[in-house]
Amino acid sequence: MNVATVTYILDYIGITFLAACTRVGFFTMFLVHAIQILFTTKLKINKLFAQMNRIGVESFNIVVLTGGFTGMVFALQSYIGFQRVGGEQFIGAVVALGMIRELGPVLTGLMITGRAGSAITAEIGTMRITEQIDALRTLRINTFQYLIVPRILASTIIVPCMTAFAMLFGVIGGYIICVHVLQLSPEDYRSSIQNYVELSDIRGGLIKSSVFGLILAWIGTYKGYYTRGGARGVGIATTQSVVLSSTLILITNYFLTKMLEQL
Amino acid sequence: MAVAIQIKNLKKKFGDHWVSNGVNLDIPEGQMTAIIGRSGEGKSVLLKQIIGLIQPTSGHVIIEGTDIARLSETELNKVFSKVGYVFQFAALLDSLNVFENIGITLLESGMSAQKVLPIVKEKLALVHLTEDNLYKYPSELSGGMRKRVGLARTLVTNPKIILYDEPTTGLDPITAHIIHELMYDMQQQLKVTSVVISHDVEIFKYADNVALLYEGKIEYFGNAKTIWESDNPYIYQFIRGLTEGPIKSDLTYFKDRY
Repeated sequence: MNVATVTYILDYIGITFLAACTRVGFFTMFLVHAIQILFTTKLKINKLFAQMNRIGVESFNIVVLTGGFTGMVFALQSYIGFQRVGGEQFIGAVVALGMIRELGPVLTGLMITGRAGSAITAEIGTMRITEQIDALRTLRINTFQYLIVPRILASTIIVPCMTAFAMLFGVIGGYIICVHVLQLSPEDYRSSIQNYVELSDIRGGLIKSSVFGLILAWIGTYKGYYTRGGARGVGIATTQSVVLSSTLILITNYFLTKMLEQL
Repeated sequence: MAVAIQIKNLKKKFGDHWVSNGVNLDIPEGQMTAIIGRSGEGKSVLLKQIIGLIQPTSGHVIIEGTDIARLSETELNKVFSKVGYVFQFAALLDSLNVFENIGITLLESGMSAQKVLPIVKEKLALVHLTEDNLYKYPSELSGGMRKRVGLARTLVTNPKIILYDEPTTGLDPITAHIIHELMYDMQQQLKVTSVVISHDVEIFKYADNVALLYEGKIEYFGNAKTIWESDNPYIYQFIRGLTEGPIKSDLTYFKDRY
């Protein structure tokens, strides 16, 4: 390998690394700016509630369905395993812990990303390419206060609420399968949950889902705000938003689980 | 004649391409100045640099003694209170009705809808739209009506300078004529400084001055009323739509290449 090739490779690595750092920097500063605006300007309460409705309440059906059926499948799968070792009485605890600690927060985060995160990017992206965001600026309206902060805050608040429903319906789904399909004792199901599920499990699940809510709205608004290139650009930004949010939710989930374990 | 906007050696580069390549222009106060040029010459980019929506690579835009080329977002708000911008496709907010669109600046500043309503009605009348349209959404309006609502929205802030980005693009000749008349009325009634980006030669009837932008520079600046007598080769070719002349046309490019 000659000197020119080595220089080229090092150049390429350097440029890629710097570009990645710049992107991460912009992305971080976007959230920092949103937080700064949240604490230095008046919160648009009506917009906050409107966004909580759009992101959360309108996702209720899909969240409940996801939670319910996941709990049902989880109960069925657990039964197959526990039956082999004679531990059917623990199915309730396993389903509840799984739904509360992991599946509820993660699946709700992913479902709301697909439904509301993509909509946030598409809406703000369309506003960007049709010059509506520029128009807001010329009309002396703080675009972060008007568009970004209500969405990020609403998502951070409402996603844990939706997660609570996913957890609840997951546990109910598990109960239906255990009691009405597998003919197990309802008392075993209830008591195992009472014995093994702690308040800290629920708290951990809700903390995680709050972070997931922040992530999906942060990425959704960021990708929308910096959309370029017409209708195709909106499509690309929306896809990137969903892929990045979903990936980041799954990665963050590991680190949050590790962190919450130590609390 | 006092100068409302002074543009000095303004340059803007996108990638390797200089869109503005040393623009120098003094826009007279209280008059209508039309900026003309071929598609893709960077007229809209120039207009956005004037208001601060796009930051120039170098150069100065001076409005009332302030160089706006390097202002922060907060400082730019002061500029936006003096300068209004009418967007090419109106840029009305889809989710808001006409009343909310026009009154958005006042409503967001905390003024009650009751107090905003008469102001919105007044501005709506200025652009010759009836009150029946107040609660319609942008999707329910025609192209010409949207542009008039866009103008009314700009007027709410009582700007001293109004920048129009291709206000008649996509409109039929009659509606385009109505928009031109409206801009002229605003000019006369409100004594504002208007800068209009246009491809439409009809604008010469209403404008006081014309500036021709070519290859990122102002190649001509002169009186709009005498433009048809001008012997400036750029203006002569442009307003007559000739392919032969100093302005490279796609046809010339094609001939040169093949």
